[in-house]
Amino acid sequence: MKVVINADACTGQGRCFGIAPELFDFDDLGNGVVKGDGTVTPELVEKARLAEANCPEHAISIEE
Amino acid sequence: MSIKPPVEDFATDWDHTDPAWVANPYPIWDELREKCPVAHTNRYGGGWFPSTYELVSAVANDTDNFTSRTVVIGNGRPGEDAPPAPIGVAPPISSDPPFHHIARRLILPAFSPGVVNTIETFVREYCGKLLDNVSAQEIVNGGSDYAQYIPVAVIRQMLGFPEKDDDLFRHFVHIVLEGIDEPDLEKRIADFEPIRIYIEDQVQDHIDNPRDDLTSYLLNAEIAGSKLLPEHIFGTMILVLVAGIDTTWSGIASSLYHLATNPKDLERLVNEPELMPLAVEEFLRFYSPVTMARLVKEDFDFNGCPMKKDDWLLLGFPAANRDPKAFEDADKFIIDRKINRHVAFGLGIHRCAGSNLARMEMRVAIEEFIKRYPKFTLAAGDADSVTWSQGQVRGARNLPLTITK
Ligand code: HEM
Repeated sequence: MKVVINADACTGQGRCFGIAPELFDFDDLGNGVVKGDGTVTPELVEKARLAEANCPEHAISIEE
Repeated sequence: MSIKPPVEDFATDWDHTDPAWVANPYPIWDELREKCPVAHTNRYGGGWFPSTYELVSAVANDTDNFTSRTVVIGNGRPGEDAPPAPIGVAPPISSDPPFHHIARRLILPAFSPGVVNTIETFVREYCGKLLDNVSAQEIVNGGSDYAQYIPVAVIRQMLGFPEKDDDLFRHFVHIVLEGIDEPDLEKRIADFEPIRIYIEDQVQDHIDNPRDDLTSYLLNAEIAGSKLLPEHIFGTMILVLVAGIDTTWSGIASSLYHLATNPKDLERLVNEPELMPLAVEEFLRFYSPVTMARLVKEDFDFNGCPMKKDDWLLLGFPAANRDPKAFEDADKFIIDRKINRHVAFGLGIHRCAGSNLARMEMRVAIEEFIKRYPKFTLAAGDADSVTWSQGQVRGARNLPLTITK
């Protein structure tokens, strides 16, 4: 499982790196970026889904 | 202020300054969502108010049909090339694409989470000092003794203006915020003069003694290889004052109001401090402070409504946040709500540039308050004395709290 950010949709709401700092970081502008290649380890699955479900811009998706 | 007739029907004659709306807008919005999801008014020269999450989101993302030329509703309309208001044109909030992108990119690094982290300690210490100042009081005003001071000090600190000017700066901030609703242009300009002089002096001091703060950042910033025009720097400083202060003050005060009136939530937050991040998002959803406005660019049909050029569009992020189609139990405050796609900071290209800062301020201010006072209620018999601000920024203002031991 992987998390992906659609950079065109992201406006830097900051919810993903707030909810799952293990999976997401921010860049200089405060936009979300995926850490590493976005692989979600089993213990982070719930956080990944919460990050997806809380993004107001619908910019996060999960590839199973 | 002229006396306006009270609103009888919000679907056809809405007014966001009507006393009923100011006191408790939520039942009004619930009814509109059911009956008339895009309400109309002839007030202010004509305007529309969508009350659903879906429609608010559609407007926020439609910069082709709606302009941000003016984001605060008034009686007049600025012309396409209206002279800058005394508070200055304020990019990026009042800009449309493509310039918006440039102006926004410029300020974002100054408000990134990394920068925000560096001032958390300052905020925490400042909150502690405010609480020390009122430690002898039995009744503490959550608004006028506490919440209102915090964002002012933060902005003063970020701009790098002297700490000894705290009182003067706060006085200026009040003039600027009141100026937003002042219809008399000449009075606005006159009131504004001392602020202009003060800021110019501060800017000069930063030119002479550059340092690591927002003012020096703006002085060094470049667009396409050129330094910013003085008006742009000034406008951005004023925008930060206007956008960053009564908004955050409202967020903090409304959260304290909630905790004072919901002892179970207060107890949970005191006992389970790890809930704070979720609680802050729910405070932001449930008591969303900020409503914006747009102007319709050209005649067009929106969701079956015949919108005319220069009609207002009141962009109710707070109403969207109470839409039961978008939130389970939308009318309930759930302190550990896990799925909360709220839009308190707006949506799309104008997403609040200060959202990371505002969140941190709210979190720290609430943490420090409840650490010092784990139990408090509205001052006895004083429920009626709680007041809410009128206009596009909503928050508790007078908030007398009895501290219980
Ligand atoms: C709880 C506090 C706050 C709330 C609820 C809030 C809300 C908002 C909203 C809804 C917008 C969108 C405007 C639009 O769509 O036209 C916005 C924009 C903005 N906010 Fe905030 N805000 C808060 C605090 C702050 C702070 C602390 C700052 C900075 C010091 C700030 C700076 C800005 C700026 C610069 C914009 C314009 C962004 C753009 O147009 O690209 N805000 N805010």
